[in-house]
Amino acid sequence: MMHCWLAVYSRRHEYPEFVKIVEVGPRDGLQNEKEIVPTGVKIQLIDMLSGTGLSVIEATSFVSSKWVPQMADHTDVLRGIQRAPHVRYPVLTPNLQGFQDAVAAGATEVAVFGSASETFSKKNINCSIDESMLRFEEVINTAKERQIPVRGYVSCALGCPHEGDIKPSTVAKVAKRLYEMGCYEISLADTIGVGTPGSMLKMLQGVKKEVPINALAVHCHDTYGQALPNILTALQMGVCVVDSAVAGLGGCPYAQGSSGNVSTEDVLYMLHGMGIETGVNLPKVIEAGYFICNALCRNTNSKVAQAKSRTL
Amino acid sequence: RTAAGVNAGHTLPDKVKIVEVGPRDGLQNEKTIVPTEAKINLIDMLSESGLPVIEATSFVSPKWVPQMADQVEVMKGISRKPGVSYPVLTPNLKGFQAAVKAGAAEVAIFGAASELFSKKNINCSVDESLQRFDEVMKAAKEAGVPVRGYVSCVVGCPYEGKVAPEKVAHVAKRLYSMGCYEISLGDTIGVGTPGSITAMLEAVSKEVPVSALAVHCHDTYGQALANILVALQMGISVIDSSVAGLGGCPYAQGASGNVATEDVVYMLHGLGIQTGVDLSKLMDAGAFICRTLNRKTSSKVAQATCKL
Repeated sequence: MMHCWLAVYSRRHEYPEFVKIVEVGPRDGLQNEKEIVPTGVKIQLIDMLSGTGLSVIEATSFVSSKWVPQMADHTDVLRGIQRAPHVRYPVLTPNLQGFQDAVAAGATEVAVFGSASETFSKKNINCSIDESMLRFEEVINTAKERQIPVRGYVSCALGCPHEGDIKPSTVAKVAKRLYEMGCYEISLADTIGVGTPGSMLKMLQGVKKEVPINALAVHCHDTYGQALPNILTALQMGVCVVDSAVAGLGGCPYAQGSSGNVSTEDVLYMLHGMGIETGVNLPKVIEAGYFICNALCRNTNSKVAQAKSRTL
Repeated sequence: RTAAGVNAGHTLPDKVKIVEVGPRDGLQNEKTIVPTEAKINLIDMLSESGLPVIEATSFVSPKWVPQMADQVEVMKGISRKPGVSYPVLTPNLKGFQAAVKAGAAEVAIFGAASELFSKKNINCSVDESLQRFDEVMKAAKEAGVPVRGYVSCVVGCPYEGKVAPEKVAHVAKRLYSMGCYEISLGDTIGVGTPGSITAMLEAVSKEVPVSALAVHCHDTYGQALANILVALQMGISVIDSSVAGLGGCPYAQGASGNVATEDVVYMLHGLGIQTGVDLSKLMDAGAFICRTLNRKTSSKVAQATCKL
């Protein structure tokens, strides 16, 4: 049913009719939570999320458990979840070894992580951007042979904790490289949440010269409270894929105690309020959020979930 | 330098006036009663941060709002910075007279866009409340005191649910025709999204010039900054906010209320929009009042900045 306000609203802006949400809570979210979550709980979280209408749920990461203990149970998680039809479960694969382990464990989609900042790349994965691209090329080529789609991430797209401002042209260069190597989608991540609609606009203007807008996604962190206006800006520019994490799981490793990922619940509330379809059932996501927050003994970061639980 | 237009043809204002409502709207909705000295210190710190308008207190009966019982001492105790306005709320003629006597040079009145909210909040219909304000408007005109009008529940009401944009436009127009120089449109329960905010602003801007409009967004559902962004895109250049995001939501216990001034300023400066505000001094004021209230800040910028 077309409400009259929606007609007015559509005239003013061109917004996508449908936005795909990529749920990163079980991977990006949990990876940045201090508490180690038992495998059974991870599986239950993913299963609950599978029932909400989400079409993409990033399940785990095939990195060395030495570096990321939270993801040590990657194989058990991938094998343990109940795969819903029409839902994809990408996993992170930083290198060929990780890719092979992922496929052996049943992965049907993978993701690779590049950076727009040299310093961040060196500090985070111990190699330069170019070196990391060579590593990813191996993964992507092998994935192509197996017909496994690969998603590419570009971190520090709006700022780096070490380098500060990052030029849109640098982000565009890395995004283009990943796209041309064969990534079907590039997620542009504001890793430390410093972006504002101003810098988001400029960055996307730069990147869309090199990568088609419908192959772009935004992965906004809410560390400075800017995630929703940044997402709104991206939508206004034609982006129609948004990453988010249930309950806003995952703090910011660069600002101790601060928030990280934007909450899926808050994103859904905004999108639905704008008449944009997502296919996702918000109350069910809120439920999944309460579940994992209970398990983590922490409060939700989602304002929508907070408000709903307290409305008189 | 020109602010980045987010969409072709949607230029943003070069300058935005922030109306700081922390000392009034913020503190009014905090449970802990703040000592008068602390209120005065807060307002003085806010004055130093470059804010052009700071809502200082409210001349309501202390029976209803104990937090504002020290209204006269606050008004008399603050150091007024030249060029800064210190409006106060005046719910009726008596409050107006007390305010002027205490030195107020600007006042504000409140109407609701929802009948049920008006009845439950101030015990009369919307029309009756506006009539009450006729007296205040008349006295204010005679005294040469500017009056700001607030409209609450501009998108949703805790009792009525959705609020029709036309109703908001009607109340805003009334307040403007009565002589209010500016109308602040309040999303009292924070349910607005860029969709409903745009529709409401479209309706209101047909009746009141956009240069006389302000938005007062609550962040109860995390939507405030996104809503403020679309308001800016529609030409609004006056934003209400509250240092440290003071003031919870009385309709969703424990949920947040006002949007944090620090977070608004961060966004505006990131867009190249001038506000005149020194963010670091603003954060000092926020840190001060949070210590006094023994609570954590609701501002994400403040949380992030002190932890890097």
